[in-house]
Amino acid sequence: MKRADDFEERRKHIANLSDEELYNRFWELTAQVVDPLLELGYKNTTPSVERSVLLRMGISSLDTQKIVNGCMDHGLMGKGAGHCVYKLSKIENISIPEAGTKLANGEGWDTVAAAFKGGK
Amino acid sequence: MEPLKANEKLDVVELLKDLDKYEPRRRGWTWRKPAENKHMGPFDYHDISEPLKQDVPLPPAKYFEGIDPQPMPTITTEIASGRFEDDVRRMRMAAWHGADHIMVIRHMGQSHIDGLMEGTPQGIGGIPVTRKQVRAQRKALDLIEDEVGRPINYHSYISGVAGPDIAVMFAEEGINGAHQDPQYNVLYRDVNMVRSFVDACESKKIMTWADMLQIDGAHNANATAREAWKVMPELIVQHAINSLFSEKVGEKPENISLSTVPPTATPAPCMYMDLPYAVALREICNRYKMRAQMNTKYIDSSAREATVTHVMNMFISKLTRADIQSTITPDEGRNVPWHIYNIEATDTAKQTLIGLDGLMEMVQLNNDPNGPLRKKVRELKERATLFMEEIVEVGGYFKAVQEGFFVDSAMYPERNGDGIARKIEGGVGVGKIFERDPDYMAPVTAHYGYNNVEQYGGDPKDPSALIGGCTFEDRSKIVYIDELDETDCVDRRLEKTAKYRDGHTIKPEMEWCGDGTVMMTMCIPTNKRVAEAVAVEIGKKLGLVDPEVISREVLQEAEGTRIEMKGKVDFDIDINTIDIPEEPHYMSDAELYHEFEEVKHMKAICGTVGEDEHSVGMREIMNIKHGGIEKWGIECIYLGTSVPLEKMVDAAIEENAEAILASTIISHDNIHYKNMKRLHELCVEKGIRDKVILCAGGTQVIPEEAVKTGIDMGFGRNSHGIDVATFLAEERQRRRGERK
Repeated sequence: MKRADDFEERRKHIANLSDEELYNRFWELTAQVVDPLLELGYKNTTPSVERSVLLRMGISSLDTQKIVNGCMDHGLMGKGAGHCVYKLSKIENISIPEAGTKLANGEGWDTVAAAFKGGK
Repeated sequence: MEPLKANEKLDVVELLKDLDKYEPRRRGWTWRKPAENKHMGPFDYHDISEPLKQDVPLPPAKYFEGIDPQPMPTITTEIASGRFEDDVRRMRMAAWHGADHIMVIRHMGQSHIDGLMEGTPQGIGGIPVTRKQVRAQRKALDLIEDEVGRPINYHSYISGVAGPDIAVMFAEEGINGAHQDPQYNVLYRDVNMVRSFVDACESKKIMTWADMLQIDGAHNANATAREAWKVMPELIVQHAINSLFSEKVGEKPENISLSTVPPTATPAPCMYMDLPYAVALREICNRYKMRAQMNTKYIDSSAREATVTHVMNMFISKLTRADIQSTITPDEGRNVPWHIYNIEATDTAKQTLIGLDGLMEMVQLNNDPNGPLRKKVRELKERATLFMEEIVEVGGYFKAVQEGFFVDSAMYPERNGDGIARKIEGGVGVGKIFERDPDYMAPVTAHYGYNNVEQYGGDPKDPSALIGGCTFEDRSKIVYIDELDETDCVDRRLEKTAKYRDGHTIKPEMEWCGDGTVMMTMCIPTNKRVAEAVAVEIGKKLGLVDPEVISREVLQEAEGTRIEMKGKVDFDIDINTIDIPEEPHYMSDAELYHEFEEVKHMKAICGTVGEDEHSVGMREIMNIKHGGIEKWGIECIYLGTSVPLEKMVDAAIEENAEAILASTIISHDNIHYKNMKRLHELCVEKGIRDKVILCAGGTQVIPEEAVKTGIDMGFGRNSHGIDVATFLAEERQRRRGERK
């Protein structure tokens, strides 16, 4: 979009604000811009967010993407990749790293998927 | 690992041992501390921080007791040659000169790699940031910070499609600061914008836990826009969006730093344009820290010109506020990221900021409400406010990006229609955003957003308790990967450069150990096009490998071109095969004053001997104004030129002088040495030889030959008063039996 400089026209409603009022207005507007972005982060997750969860659970970076791929393939991203590992470790009574390795190797997914369906 | 020794190289092979067991000594950012004692050498300072334990001061420090005052702002240097093992040595050099914020640039393309990179492959345009590389560098910086006596902040980038992965690794490895700005991903890396912001929430939450300082990416709008000075309102908007977004995730305002840049450069009247912008930004973003970046948009290949821009940018830092002072190296414009330029830029920052010490106690900005500064500041704030207003009007940030609001080259609200537009449903990583189910769960610390740990009886305040603590609580859970590629790794590279680490095989180095790169500066007396070709030919004839012109500046179209050329030498120098002369040593001012003013006054008979009318050299040696020996209190009795030797000796007896300084320039038939021999003999004949120190100097005098004639010392070309004064003091102390 091309537009000529209409600053003088556009500024009329803020021209009489004091510096402090202008400051407050600027930051109120900024809050209106960023709040929906924070909300998106609150409600959603992504492969990288889930990989970072798996890393913190002590899973090798070589396995994190494999586990996230498994989650996507089985429609389990909404549960959380870390959750899937946690679930398998509980069901099979194995450690987190052991559960991570199994899932990275493509094992245990049916168990996890079934557990989540049952839980719902 | 043993502490570093000032006169020994950092042992890279040793550094790489036991990295799997390395633990960072701290988390979080460290600011410089104001100096308690602001008196250094002969001066009182006003805005300085604690001095270093060991340093390399500015060149003129030798006149001021070797002091190296450190300014208050943290000084950044950006280092990333592609080989982290060579970068650690550059970091050490930079730290000695005063850098305490080491920023590591990532390998080209790493931002599009889905996941962590591991091992130590060689990088292009930066280094592949991996856990092993980060550990090695943080470990090196631990040693270096102990050596210089000031904490060093280590910094890299949390961006791209693996931002949260990298944030976790950085938090675990004690990284102190990082760039994090989802707008950067969106605008310049074309990462899907929804994905960028969702990831950023997680990354920022992790950075908050690690107490890392965050720097934004807004300055890139300035570096990208066609008419960069017109993006000022947008820059304020971008800074504000990332800052408030970060604060709302949880970051402390004092850990949020703007990467602010003076938008224009000379020959624009840049201070007149940049200063109001700097004031407006600092007033609006007064809660946050300022990292003063320098203008890179208009940098060219002249290191001199880039340095002046840097200095003017720092003048704005001083007139307003900078918590971190950036030092884009003056080689940015010609892409030669060399050791020497990191050091030069660090010195430029230190020199400028120390030179401006205390300035604001004496000057203030003209805040007349009707003056140009306040009017312009107000205008910029209003333009930025209107920009933000329109983002809200069109339906929010994503809509605004889609409509090309950002990096438009017109001054908002004018629009040129050339902004960077990205689609909400486009970019790298699109379609990879998943809504969290009601039973979504992540049993880890510093996880942002909805997290149902209660379903397992977990505590929302401590989600990782469900698994007995995550890597943030228990380091032993971190999986350390050493190497993935046995051919492209640091060990193979070190094997190839092993001989250059033995201390006696030397090759010049700009970037990498043993790279052999040298630079030549020349004036080629012809036009630019021809000069460039001539320079390359000169390089070839000198035996340089791959000579390449890196800078050309017209002196006059026909008369000449200033050329800088790089090339490589293909030989080594073994220092065991060459003669290395002993370094001349000088006594300090204090020692010399003590000897000649307090221990005992000294008189010296001076003159040019024989049939010789030269007087300049002798005067240089005597005259206080030229750094001569009078400076330290030696009384010079000058007899003039063509002085007979007998007259010199008689004067010494008459004045009870302790030294005779004979200048002897003419050297045909070795007359100069014959005169020295005769001077010595006359003193013996008159019975005063043990009472006087005999010195002779001149351009053709070789000290060893002079001493053979029987006198005490000869001084050749390039001798100065300090050489003579040091000798006189030491010879006198030898005769007193105080010195061997």
